[in-house]
Amino acid sequence: MSANEPVIKAEKLTKRFGDFVATNAISFEVYKGEIFGFLGANGAGKTTAMRMLCGLSIPSSGTAHIAGFDVYRQTEQIKRNIGYMSQKFSLYEDLTVLENIRFFGGIYGLSNQQLKSKSDALIERLGLGPEAKKLVGELPLGWKQKLAFSVSILHEPTVVFLDEPTGGVDPVTRRQFWALIYEAAGNGITVFVTTHYMDEAEYCNRISIMVDGRIAALGTPNELKTQLNEPSMDGVFYQLARSAKNKD
Amino acid sequence: MVNLTNITKTYNKGAVKAVNDVSFSVEKGELFGLIGPDGAGKSSIFRILTTLLLPDSGTATVAGYDVVKDYRQIRSSVGYMPGRFSLYPDLSIEENLHFFATVFNTTVTENYHLIEDIYVQIAPFKKRRAGKLSGGMKQKLALCCALIHKPTVLFLDEPTTGVDPVSRKEFWEMLKRLKQQGITIVVSTPYMDEATLCDRIALIQQGSILSINPPQQIVAAYPSPLYAVKAKDMPRVIQVLTTHQPSFNSYLFGEYIHVDVPGMGDREAVYVLTEVLADAGLDGIEVKPVTPTIEDCFIKLLTT
Repeated sequence: MSANEPVIKAEKLTKRFGDFVATNAISFEVYKGEIFGFLGANGAGKTTAMRMLCGLSIPSSGTAHIAGFDVYRQTEQIKRNIGYMSQKFSLYEDLTVLENIRFFGGIYGLSNQQLKSKSDALIERLGLGPEAKKLVGELPLGWKQKLAFSVSILHEPTVVFLDEPTGGVDPVTRRQFWALIYEAAGNGITVFVTTHYMDEAEYCNRISIMVDGRIAALGTPNELKTQLNEPSMDGVFYQLARSAKNKD
Repeated sequence: MVNLTNITKTYNKGAVKAVNDVSFSVEKGELFGLIGPDGAGKSSIFRILTTLLLPDSGTATVAGYDVVKDYRQIRSSVGYMPGRFSLYPDLSIEENLHFFATVFNTTVTENYHLIEDIYVQIAPFKKRRAGKLSGGMKQKLALCCALIHKPTVLFLDEPTTGVDPVSRKEFWEMLKRLKQQGITIVVSTPYMDEATLCDRIALIQQGSILSINPPQQIVAAYPSPLYAVKAKDMPRVIQVLTTHQPSFNSYLFGEYIHVDVPGMGDREAVYVLTEVLADAGLDGIEVKPVTPTIEDCFIKLLTT
């Protein structure tokens, strides 16, 4: 993969379940260090698309490459080069903070020495020193999510996929979470994120909005507002998503 | 209609204070919102009010009945939609609805007018098993089942969490119509923008109530003039504002950064902010006064 090759490149990527086309020929590119917002109503096909990009589901047709790896043939390489976190699945609640960091770091193939230095650095950076030996289940949600994100990029992946990472998180912690996202992007990690908070769409470099399995709009937040002649991202989203046929 | 006096609930033998000395009341026909993030104590309050959890101390009544002594009367008169989907996944839409009607000694026909608006949207799939429904349809069915016995009070625990903005808006339109039918509604949500649709809201964090008022009043009580600021390099704007002496309280807010500037008129504040950003070499500067939102108020309450 050369330096200016896109980190994510999808061309006419499609997934059918019987007669139903969940993801319908979507094409887009995401570049190194970019924060890419992947928006859409429930049932628009976001999760299906994301599963294909993570190497968890084989497309029906079309192509996609993640960090240069093919989503049909190189799913194992993809999994090794990406990070993933979601609102639903993040960390093991009955392991301690430290145990979670070591467990996930170990799965991603970090050596014992790397694990030691990285977990110490991470705990220090998040200010979790006093909580290091506490069960993750005892932490407030906002802390869990910040920790889960940091753990998902511990192995310095090329891309990190974040599926509604801030759902239910308080407004102050939500902003701290975005500061971590900016930091990761600044370090060259490409961030692919879904959210239902329209203010967060504004924090992305570019966003796409899916409607009925297709990408209905793609561009910077300002480009989309101009294109659709809406003053806010809220307006952009309503205008596009309201026309959806596959309503959840 | 609902009344809580000094309700406290702890877990793990007192180690976790989920609800901390909470008092409020909800009037008949009111749409009352509990607004706060995950872990604020919203679900514990719902479980106490629906008699599923005993408080450690304090008293609470629903429709005049005590949540501890009169739990039977409360259970038969309120509707409750828990945060987690709790219908029978292996019964169909239709079967779930009939089941709930029967349990409450009524029939679907008797109160059909209450659910009609919502039910017609899922009726085409009435033979489908509830476990096979999409998130939005599950939510509509759960609301129908909570309404079918014509409850005096409807308790909705985070009905819109994880739901996209368009469906969330539709859900709130349904609530507005139910309110017009005279049903008292207590609803919780982590989405601050939904707060403005309630008659009154309680902002809640870590088990304690920060403020109870109509949303307009909470907004009006914001202690300082607020400005929206934008420039080409947004992370740098935050940095400049927070490191300036004296520093400005500022945070990202969609495409803008919101900044408090106490003790100045609009014209002076706009001038000062523009100057500070221009001195730092920023381009494309835009500064304008804005009305605070509930989210601004919540951030203020959390950070001071």
